Amino acid sequence: MEHIDFSLVDWSRAQFALTAIYHWLFVPLTLGLSFIVAFMETIYVRTGNPEWKRITKFWMTLFGINFAIGVATGIILEFEFGTNWSNYSWFVGDIFGAPLAIEGILAFFLESTFIAVMFFGWNKVSKKFHLLSTWLVAFGSNLSALWILVANSWMQYPAGMKFNLDTARNEMVNFWEVLFSPVAINKFLHTISSGYVLASIFVMGVSAWFLLKNREHLFAKRSMIVASVFGLVATAFIILTGDGSARVVAKYQPMKFAAMENLFTGQQNAPLAVIGLLQTNKSEPGPNKQDFKIKIEIPNMLSYMAFLDPNAYVPGIQDLVNGNSEHNLPSYQERSQKGKLAITALAEYRIAKNAGNDSLANASLTTFQENYAHFGYGYYANRDVNELIPNVKATFYSFRIMVFLGLHFLALFIVVLILTLKNTIDKKKVILYTALWSIPLAYIASELGWVLAELGRQPWVIQDILPTIAAVSQVSASSVQVTFVLFAVIFTALLIAEIKIMTTQIKKGPGGHE
Amino acid sequence: MFETFSYIALQQYWWMIVSLLGAILVFLMFVQGGQTLIYTLGKTEDERSLLVNLLGRKWEFTFTTLVTFGGAFFASFPLFYSTSFGGAYWVWMLILIAFVVQAVSYEYRRKPNNFLGQRTYEVLLFINGLLGTVLIGTAVATFFTGSGFSVDKMNITKLTGDKMPIISEWTGPAHGLEAALNLQNLALGLTVFFLSRVLALLYFMNRLNHAVMMERIKKQLLYNAIPFVVFFLTFAIWLILSSGFAVNPDTKEVFMEPYKYLHNLLAMPVVAILFLLGVVFVLLGIIRPLTCFEKCSTKGIWITGLGTILTVFSLFLIAGFNNTAYYPSITHLQSSLTIENSSSSKYTLVAMSYVSLFVPFVLAYIWYAWRSIDNRKIDIEEVNSESHSY
Repeated sequence: MEHIDFSLVDWSRAQFALTAIYHWLFVPLTLGLSFIVAFMETIYVRTGNPEWKRITKFWMTLFGINFAIGVATGIILEFEFGTNWSNYSWFVGDIFGAPLAIEGILAFFLESTFIAVMFFGWNKVSKKFHLLSTWLVAFGSNLSALWILVANSWMQYPAGMKFNLDTARNEMVNFWEVLFSPVAINKFLHTISSGYVLASIFVMGVSAWFLLKNREHLFAKRSMIVASVFGLVATAFIILTGDGSARVVAKYQPMKFAAMENLFTGQQNAPLAVIGLLQTNKSEPGPNKQDFKIKIEIPNMLSYMAFLDPNAYVPGIQDLVNGNSEHNLPSYQERSQKGKLAITALAEYRIAKNAGNDSLANASLTTFQENYAHFGYGYYANRDVNELIPNVKATFYSFRIMVFLGLHFLALFIVVLILTLKNTIDKKKVILYTALWSIPLAYIASELGWVLAELGRQPWVIQDILPTIAAVSQVSASSVQVTFVLFAVIFTALLIAEIKIMTTQIKKGPGGHE
Repeated sequence: MFETFSYIALQQYWWMIVSLLGAILVFLMFVQGGQTLIYTLGKTEDERSLLVNLLGRKWEFTFTTLVTFGGAFFASFPLFYSTSFGGAYWVWMLILIAFVVQAVSYEYRRKPNNFLGQRTYEVLLFINGLLGTVLIGTAVATFFTGSGFSVDKMNITKLTGDKMPIISEWTGPAHGLEAALNLQNLALGLTVFFLSRVLALLYFMNRLNHAVMMERIKKQLLYNAIPFVVFFLTFAIWLILSSGFAVNPDTKEVFMEPYKYLHNLLAMPVVAILFLLGVVFVLLGIIRPLTCFEKCSTKGIWITGLGTILTVFSLFLIAGFNNTAYYPSITHLQSSLTIENSSSSKYTLVAMSYVSLFVPFVLAYIWYAWRSIDNRKIDIEEVNSESHSY
């Protein structure tokens, strides 16, 4: 039997990807729409104008429909760490479990308690308490995002921990380093602002539809103003944090950075391929060159983007795999041998400890500590190190499409805001159609952000420390296939239901709301 | 403050928090029990909608408690998360699926153009009520009956050979489903199922303003209380008479000890008192509305609810305290999990303990928010007058 059951690893990955992709169809709208609804209700409470109450209630209904399915897909993700990644759960559970528990205690209860007041409290509690509840729902859902994104960032940049040889796992030594790691801060801000942009596009697109149908002019324009202002602010934020994200990726995940830029050979003054088309006929794996068919470059830009220095050296895929002595980069082959030393030292340490041989245990401990930074590479000591290269095409294109769509949204927010303020938006059919058709584009951009982040770090569950092949649960691949199909069927059915219900409610319009 | 605690004290503190969350979860599963009674109690569309709306305003608390229970268990005893979830794969997957379909069913049930139809969503609610309670009860029973697995942390150093570098391995091919074939496990599963229905009936009594349904509720209370008591006694008597998975405090060796769980009760009189008080409260809350004639108390949900929390809490303590393995392995006894060998590091437990100080604050705002929207009994007029209903 082959040492690694790749079918099991691949299906476990596929199942997690499926759940995450579905979950992320609903979360960004929740993150952003909760704030948009809170802004609208604030205007209602301050002005006392019932039209704003009607507007608030309409968007709140859509929020509720979307929220339920987000919750449904979310629970699976939490438990899948255990069901499908049991080794991972022990190996880093000491650090990773904490944010999940804190998320439950601090954020989920806040959300679920006040969502009940938000939906059922209109006639039972004071206006101000109701408004507070709406804000707390927004705050709670964004707070939950903080904790899960801290957890995800920690996988990309494991900080604040130390490996304990006696328990054979990583243990937390500094909570604040986990919480405030540069990767965590950037990822949190970038991800929640992407949610705000998506929700703004959603509100703007739906409002555009009403104008195209010549319905609910006042409602639509007011919604558009709130959405375009919020969207504009969020986009500024997303550019800022996106820039920060690129820098932390370049620093902590150089292979992901090289892959997303299709940078084969490292160089100083590296240019950025703003637009690029990769050769389609190249399919062999390995660090072989993936040529550009077409590209438009900005000189020095990649070096600047990565290190704020146009002259900086950016390592390419080849340098990382084969090593580059000039820039002090060890090859993957060396790293895998060092990783193997660490893994073997761990086994020897335990044997020595059990036998009461302290001097051998101490020697093994030293070897282990010297080589721990390469631990995960050890699992590739007898394998082809080219398996450590992520999918270049997928990451390269995801990154570019995401950025271009982001710029498109920025332009759209500005145009819609100006036209709405000038009160001529209802006549600009092209802009209205663009706004409407930007709704699916916002979902694509948002999902592609995760494709980039997650495919780009393959095969690492924990960067450099634990690859997917050593993180899975010992179940049969066929069991995972069955649950994959079950989830795919259930999620798809629920998604269809959600879209049908949502579009029906939109068509009904805000008229029914008092 | 928590830094001064010993490691074992922190492990015990977190076992108590996990136990309390588990206990509150079982109480809140009255929502699941209620979902299996919608057609039994509601004979008209309006009646059924009234019941669904009553439950719909609480489902998220049960759901959130389940998620938090999972998160807290993961953070404090990660080896359990790793061993049980990855091993008893199918039981947990079925529980998860049962909860996935619940979350949307309330919101989508009566919305126009909902793709699957109202009846489907009601069936999904029923499935959640049945599978959720029976399987969670069955899974918890394995804390006393054991499962077949082995844990060897050194497996992660296996770079070659015919085994993957995975630390825990489940013995049976059924991956957890075998637990449902064990009668003792099933007895607890069915106890939880009937208890959740009893709690739901008491909740309806407390919140409903509907004379006709009240009669049906009273009748159903008796019908569900009897099997609940029978299954509970079966499980409890068996537990007291059975051998348990004891741990030698010096060598940490796990061994079978006759009457272990009875010994635990006797060794921890506070837990024994909590357990007995819990059982008395559970029964008291059920008996009072059954034996009254005209003006009946509707506070049974609080009495039986408190009893449920105390009983389940003390059951968890019996499973984990007093040198007992709480997640035993029947095929590889020394792989059994104890609160000592499966917990997080001291640092993490300390950090998490500070977070646990927020719990009273969370409970306070939940109580305040509930009171503000649940201040009077509900009838169908109220449900229909709300802009948001299920």
